[in-house]
Amino acid sequence: MARTGPGYAAKRTLVWLGVVFALLALLLGGGSLWSNASWAPKLALDLEGGTQMILAPQVQGGSEEITPEQLDQAVEIIRQRVDGSGVAEAEISTQSGQNVIVALPGIPEPETRELIQASAQMEFRPVLIGGPGLAPAAETPTPEDQLPTPSAEPTDASDPNWITAELLQEFESTDCTSPEALQPAVEPAPADQPMVACEPDTQGKYILGPVEVRGTEIESADYGMARSAQGQTLNEWVVNIDFNDEGTETFREVTERLFAIGSGDPRNQFAIVLDGVIVSAPTTNAVIPDGRPQISGSFTEESAAALAEQLKYGALPISFEIQSEQQISATLGADQLRLGLIAGVIGLVLVAVYSIFQYRMLGLVTIASLVVAGVLTYLAICILGWTENYRLSLAGVAGLIVAIGQTADSFIVYFERIRDELRDGRGLVPAVENGWRRAKRTVLASKAMNLLAAVVLYFVAVGNVRGFAFTLGLTAIADLVVVFLFTHPVMRLLAMTRFFGEGHRWSGLDPSRLGVLPLYRGAGRVRHKPVERPAVELRGRNKAAAGEAERRMTIAERRLAEQQKAAEEQKTVSAQARGTEEGDNR
Amino acid sequence: MSRFSFAEFGNELYSGKRSYPFVGKRNLWFAIAGAAILLSLLVPVIKGGFNLGIDFRGGSEFTVSNVQDTSVGAGEQAVTDVVPEAVPRVTNIAPETMRIQTERLSDDQTLSVRDALIGAYSVTEEDVTSNFVGPTWGEDVSRQAIIGLIVFVALAAGLMAIYFRTWKMSVAAMAALVVVMVTSAGIYSLSDFEVTPSAVIGFLTILSYSLYDTVVVFDKIRENTADLEVSSKRTFGEQVNLAVNQTLVRSINTSVVAVLPVAAILFIGAMLLGAGTLRDLSLALFVGIIIGTLTTVFVAAPMYAKLRMNEPDIRKQEKRVMHRRSLEAGEAGEAQEAGTAPA
Repeated sequence: MARTGPGYAAKRTLVWLGVVFALLALLLGGGSLWSNASWAPKLALDLEGGTQMILAPQVQGGSEEITPEQLDQAVEIIRQRVDGSGVAEAEISTQSGQNVIVALPGIPEPETRELIQASAQMEFRPVLIGGPGLAPAAETPTPEDQLPTPSAEPTDASDPNWITAELLQEFESTDCTSPEALQPAVEPAPADQPMVACEPDTQGKYILGPVEVRGTEIESADYGMARSAQGQTLNEWVVNIDFNDEGTETFREVTERLFAIGSGDPRNQFAIVLDGVIVSAPTTNAVIPDGRPQISGSFTEESAAALAEQLKYGALPISFEIQSEQQISATLGADQLRLGLIAGVIGLVLVAVYSIFQYRMLGLVTIASLVVAGVLTYLAICILGWTENYRLSLAGVAGLIVAIGQTADSFIVYFERIRDELRDGRGLVPAVENGWRRAKRTVLASKAMNLLAAVVLYFVAVGNVRGFAFTLGLTAIADLVVVFLFTHPVMRLLAMTRFFGEGHRWSGLDPSRLGVLPLYRGAGRVRHKPVERPAVELRGRNKAAAGEAERRMTIAERRLAEQQKAAEEQKTVSAQARGTEEGDNR
Repeated sequence: MSRFSFAEFGNELYSGKRSYPFVGKRNLWFAIAGAAILLSLLVPVIKGGFNLGIDFRGGSEFTVSNVQDTSVGAGEQAVTDVVPEAVPRVTNIAPETMRIQTERLSDDQTLSVRDALIGAYSVTEEDVTSNFVGPTWGEDVSRQAIIGLIVFVALAAGLMAIYFRTWKMSVAAMAALVVVMVTSAGIYSLSDFEVTPSAVIGFLTILSYSLYDTVVVFDKIRENTADLEVSSKRTFGEQVNLAVNQTLVRSINTSVVAVLPVAAILFIGAMLLGAGTLRDLSLALFVGIIIGTLTTVFVAAPMYAKLRMNEPDIRKQEKRVMHRRSLEAGEAGEAQEAGTAPA
């Protein structure tokens, strides 16, 4: 086998393409065997049915604009709420740096909808009764006659007089191991009333007094390693809170009171409550006059980070306004998908018919390339669906169909360049090489434009049109892969066949149709006189400047043309010699 | 030539035997483009703006599919039974599909209207979809679209200027882009199709297509005009014109191939799907692809030629060409006298 020449290179490239396909297929196959990958693309809500809500987060009392960090927190808040409400496969994402999109299968319960919209409420309440590990409902409720009857109006938030008979009964019947009890509350408990709450981490159960400090009074929160009095870093994770002036004042009063109660009593603790669920219930070890408490305990880095994050929510009470809500029945989506696919197939057939009409057998190369591009895109969509949870939406399908035309254009550019080279009188093998060199540039430059548009669209897109931009970009990349790794090598190989090389009239590269008959002597080995291109172009000039003189050249030009011709001929002959040799070896 | 053949058509264009005066008659093309722009600006004014979709007005929308009886009254009745003061817009958007739009309803009202529609059209719960859009949603879409437009145009212009190493190509491409945008919008307004977010995104996609097409043609122009300093065969304008002619077959084939799938969506969509993502996108694309190809050939390339024609170097080269031609015309004249004139 010849180890050089376009034929060898072409075969090697095709092998590489095969390797790429095999790897993608193996990846997906492995994924479907050992993971949850599927051979079918995941469908977006508009095709599968479900509800999509677009929420605009609103910071209460804050600045107008939402920062990316706040938006991320907003997503985190909603994710916790939706996951907590037990909706499977909900998808929460941000969009254009300002909205949050929640996509839920089916129609959400009104409670879920309210939960999503509700603003995050963080509050600090003193503990009245309770502690960790009191999770299940009490087996023997306190007998009627022993139920507490408040003797007086409570004087402060830690006053046991808050505990009424109903409250104690509620406390005893609450099961903090049940998922329902750990769900974020839809309706926030009244701030001036006591409440029963659970702490998921320790399965603690508490009765809490009225709100004393609000989350909005937190300036900031972070976490880090504890430091000793000497400033040495201790091997213990802590969470630091920084209150604002008002918070500092109240928190000082609270810690004074709680610290005075003394350790051992549950009322020495206060609870940090987020959406009705206790995030942490630390005991008070000191009076904090400077508004900078530090929570220590058995934190890991992760749990410390999580608590600090949650405390930041408190500083940022985000609520959400539903901007658009769409309920899509699966039937409508399925109809649209079916018709969309039919339209795609019809479009593909029309393109195929047109390319065969235009390019004869080369049209088959176009169709084969489109099929390869299609398979590549399909594999990519399935793999992205598995790894990135990419879902194909109706707009995405539209993008795929539109891409048929844009992908076919690369081949048209390439074929036209080959034809141009043939028109200049080159043989097919050099025409394919030269045409490729020129077409490559054009294809790369123009695809860059497509990709740029897809990327810009993707980042600014609103609604489900993101899917459109995504498939547009994906197919642009697939197109490049196919043109480089499939169409070009296939053309190189075809150029060496008799059918194409001799310019069969159905090959689409029939020299007589391309106006090079006098220069062509058949037999696949074209011993034509490659004419320097401008010399040919010379004949055809703008009609407006008619005049036979154009056909003639100055002496200097003629010399230059002859030199170029000679140089070109040398190149062409050597290229053909290779081609011939390889043809023989085949 | 017994019958019209694209390959032969291409040969003649390539060699220059057949040539269309894209550059030569540029003022005519510019005038036509200008008139198209003017008309496109006038149409929405006369018609009183665009037919804005619910996304821009805000409100609730229900779609009922698999409907046997497509009477408008049933839908109106269903809505007014629940919300007496509502003024529903009921449309039969496709066979077996009704669309009911109202002003914004509350969650409870939405559920009740859905139930009423299930009864009114005797369909199942599966067949009714509801959709609620806040009034700010459309503003968001428009704002994002404008941001997208600016970012894309700026990046694309920069990219083209770097790739072609001349800002004049960018300017010419952008001029064509303006024509594409304005006339597409004009046609959209004339067709009275609803302006939805999908249509807006369709417009952004057109921009990409238009620039893509322009880059392909400009690449050929760049190639043809690369050796301008040493060549005296054609003037700059003639070289540009030849490039456009040489890529004409490609331009035609490309736009046909690009338009075919879009047309398939559009016609299937318009007949069977009714209003929706697919139809809205495809109308914008259908119009935009055709106009995009036309403007590349008739506006972008001639504009580029016009922008550069007054450069001193180009002028000098043109003089050289003219000088050579007059010399050769003299020679040819002598030859003719000698009776050896070429046919």
